[in-house]
Amino acid sequence: MANPERIGTKRLVVGAHYGTLDFIVQRATAVIMIVYTLVFLAGVLFSSTLDYAAWRNLFAFRVGSLPLGQLLATLFFLSLAWHAWIGVRDIWMDYVKPAGLRLFLQVLTLLWLVAAIVFFAQIIWSL
Amino acid sequence: MSDTAPKQRPQYRNISVPQILRYRLPLAAKTSILHRISGALLFLSLPVILLPLLAASLESEQSFNAISSVFGHPVCKLVLLALIWGYLHHFCAGIRYLALDMGKGNDKYTASKTAASVLIVSLVLTAIFGLKLFGAW
Repeated sequence: MANPERIGTKRLVVGAHYGTLDFIVQRATAVIMIVYTLVFLAGVLFSSTLDYAAWRNLFAFRVGSLPLGQLLATLFFLSLAWHAWIGVRDIWMDYVKPAGLRLFLQVLTLLWLVAAIVFFAQIIWSL
Repeated sequence: MSDTAPKQRPQYRNISVPQILRYRLPLAAKTSILHRISGALLFLSLPVILLPLLAASLESEQSFNAISSVFGHPVCKLVLLALIWGYLHHFCAGIRYLALDMGKGNDKYTASKTAASVLIVSLVLTAIFGLKLFGAW
């Protein structure tokens, strides 16, 4: 290998990071969601009767003046949206070959997820 | 430039929907495609079912109580149960993939066993959550 930019004698190395960031983000966001899910379920189990006040408190609890419940829920949902973006984009890349249609579906996916983020934030932060 | 043009190779385009449906997939492949299907399901239901449900559950005590009467309808129960399964399957299969990524359980025997565990555990958990949700106790 005389030329360091080449792998072997044929293939030219091009592109930026080959999806490494997406790979790591998909897994990191998964871990965040696993932790939140388990903590949330523990909260559900600890509240003896799951009435409206207890359910609301799972999202709206505060530590001092810090709205911790709302912050954690928001971080969870941002993780979910980023995770879903990578996953759904992978589905389009696997099954939809025409570039124009794929781009259209990807833009639609982003709009869908941004709308979901705004909707979620509105629900959680109006508590 | 390097020679990156694809060589002329024979192509076999013999995969059609009826054929795909007739393939007998190993357990790990079933878990894998269900991971994708459940993920897509959750993505699609997010702004149309899950978030409106969350909004109603948190808006007021009246709307919180109204939800349980909506879920008296068997179709609504079925839809919610499917989404609960979707979340739990995606959750369990995801944990399996994290382990596989860390190099644990990659041999054929273990991978098949953990795939079966994912399918069974998520179904059992769905049954438990479903029974709890629909007031079995």
